[in-house]
Amino acid sequence: MMKILMLGWELPPHNSGGLGVACFNLAKALARQGVNIEFVVPYDADHPDANFMKILPATHLDPIYRYGGGSYASMNVLEELIPSVDKEVLVSIREIQKQYCDYVDKYLKNHRPDVVHAHDWLTYEAGIIAKKGHNVPLIAHVHATEFDRAGMHSGNPLIHEIEYEGLMMADRIIAVSETTKRIIHDKYRIPLSKIDVVYNSLDENYDKGNYCFDEKTYRYIESLKQSGHTIISTVGRFTIQKGLPNLMRAAALAISKNPKLIFIFAGDGEERNELINMAAELGIAKNVIFTGFIRGKKLRDIYTLADIFVMSSVSEPFGLTALEAAHHGDVLILTNQSGVSEIIWSALKYDFWDKQKLADEILAVANNSALKESLQENVQNEYRKISWNQVAKKCLKIYNRIIKHKRNH
Amino acid sequence: MRAICLYLHIHQPIRYREYSIFDVANDSNYYNDHYDSRQSNERIFKKVANKSYRPMLNLLENNMQRFPEFKVSFSITGTWLEQAERWAPELIAQIDRMVKSGQAEIVGETYYHSLAYFYNLDEFNDQVLMHSQKIERLFGVTPKVFRNTEFAYNDSLAKWADEKGYKGILAEGWDKILGWRSPNHVYRPAGCENIKLLLKNYRLSDDIAFRFSNRAWAEWPLTVPKYTDWINMDCLRGNLINLFMDFETFGEHQWEDTGIFNFMNAFIPDWLSKYENKFVTVSEACDLYEPADEISMPDTITWADTERDLSAWLSNKMQVSAMQELYNLRDQILSTNDGQLIADWRYLTTSDHPYSMCTKYWNDGDVHAYFSAYASPYESFMYFMNVLRDIEFRIKK
Repeated sequence: MMKILMLGWELPPHNSGGLGVACFNLAKALARQGVNIEFVVPYDADHPDANFMKILPATHLDPIYRYGGGSYASMNVLEELIPSVDKEVLVSIREIQKQYCDYVDKYLKNHRPDVVHAHDWLTYEAGIIAKKGHNVPLIAHVHATEFDRAGMHSGNPLIHEIEYEGLMMADRIIAVSETTKRIIHDKYRIPLSKIDVVYNSLDENYDKGNYCFDEKTYRYIESLKQSGHTIISTVGRFTIQKGLPNLMRAAALAISKNPKLIFIFAGDGEERNELINMAAELGIAKNVIFTGFIRGKKLRDIYTLADIFVMSSVSEPFGLTALEAAHHGDVLILTNQSGVSEIIWSALKYDFWDKQKLADEILAVANNSALKESLQENVQNEYRKISWNQVAKKCLKIYNRIIKHKRNH
Repeated sequence: MRAICLYLHIHQPIRYREYSIFDVANDSNYYNDHYDSRQSNERIFKKVANKSYRPMLNLLENNMQRFPEFKVSFSITGTWLEQAERWAPELIAQIDRMVKSGQAEIVGETYYHSLAYFYNLDEFNDQVLMHSQKIERLFGVTPKVFRNTEFAYNDSLAKWADEKGYKGILAEGWDKILGWRSPNHVYRPAGCENIKLLLKNYRLSDDIAFRFSNRAWAEWPLTVPKYTDWINMDCLRGNLINLFMDFETFGEHQWEDTGIFNFMNAFIPDWLSKYENKFVTVSEACDLYEPADEISMPDTITWADTERDLSAWLSNKMQVSAMQELYNLRDQILSTNDGQLIADWRYLTTSDHPYSMCTKYWNDGDVHAYFSAYASPYESFMYFMNVLRDIEFRIKK
């Protein structure tokens, strides 16, 4: 039986974003294919749905600390979340990473996995220890690079360095899209032949469960829809990566031609005040709704209410929210710089800087029912195209290739 | 006697540019994009002229000069002629020389390469007349044989052509219609008095047009002796071989480096070297043979795809709505008597436009097999509707 040691930073229900969901689904699908998985996380907590693998806690910390007070989330956020906490306990993310590395190092003295599979820069140092110190083949899985997070500018130099070293040391690299593969090649000079593209898929449980849309909850938006308004939504962190100021400018352009457009900005982040201010300055504040950070049912409600979902990212390694929106029947408008646009054809696309084209596309969907219905119907046949089982099969192929290669040398 | 009827279709659409909703009522330039753009008609025309029109017309003319028995039929759309007049008038002069020599015949069709027959019979008649007048003006001849856009054919179209006095009409030789009959005969369309039906021998045509360069094809590479053998075998089913294809087969669909020009250059003299073999034009084919049988095609048959129907042009919601909205404007457009406005509207009737909105193969993700001037069928529809909006605005002005 093949033994894989996965190095991750979060798993549901202790996740803050898509990374944990992707790791969880991948591990589950691999386990179904008969792979023995041990998954290291940087905290100690229960994972009631993860009984298909063994979870190894690298520290005794509560999950809330996993992003530390360092570069990832601000110390203030943590203090707000848990005001009673003793500041001394707020260890930095670097400190957690060090403990994580020590744990992996110690663990590998007594265990012998076939492959170590590390997810994103947070775990690359531990991956390098496995490779250098214990001669275990290393796969670096790139869900996002620091260039993506920094909106394609340079980000934190330390993170760039760790990312670069991890990518150099890895036997193979898995990128979540061709876009990401390109970035890894262009920015870190890694040969394209070392990188495989394995797309993500929609969460397997996404269409299960008992989600049910209650029309009475959103009387205001429903009444706008009935009076002929088109609802356009976007979901995500309000950071430079997401290209939201351009979406706001496109909104103003589109509204100048068709005032019956409502834009819902769902999410939160450091650009929030700038965006609110922009809406006011562009004179479209009445057409823009800010929901704050939402998840779960409320997030699904937004997808359901919306006619159009816009992914305006400057750089988006994959873009799972687009598949969620498609599931709820939205027309998709995606930037060409998003990974998901590589596998979805029934969508309108644009380059992230081209606000006039985005406005054009929004107006075209709002004004043509034939276009709107065609896009809605056709994307339904597409968004499930890639299943987690296929993803697992691709990973398995990569594992086998590495193991064989190692045996031959 | 065994005859090859070689018929080549010459067409380029006039593509609309990525026409923004913000251009509507501000800028009515739909068709002239800057040279490097994806939809630049000038760039595309000049490219295909260099790769295909020029070398193939030279090849044909050379062979006509060497062999007086070598003959070709062309159908040439009005939108191609307009572009050739602007960017490569020498091509028209060259075709004119071939027509004057009596070795080339021009086939009639709609000026705008449209599917107007299925939407508005008056518009269809107007466009056929416009085409015929253009051909007379440029080449001094009147088309005697008709082909409809995309070979879209049915019994009622044949009746129309019969009443208009055409000598013949062209269609696809589709097995489902022919049954045991062979496309290598001349037929009489059901319910018609005089007109004759010429059917494309799609196997032998597609060997050249589609399979010639396909290395996965068991018969690759296609050589002249092999192809001649196949034709000889096929002649057992009838002595008229109708090779109907796009002119761009030579040089654009099959690039020069596939050997397509060398193949044709060798094939023509080789075929004529046997005393019983000849080439005929479409009119000559009609004159030469009596109808072998009557053929009825109540449903529309085209020369496209495995379905041989109109679904690539007129099936999805976007195509249906775009064409509906387009033809709905006809009366208002004509009543303006504004020549430029009428022409701008008519350019939109070209069948390439609804074809670029086809989503049949789009979801497969096989975009490489999909050739279009637009990033997606959805974008094509979007720009088409924006152009139509501006045209509507101009009517009301």
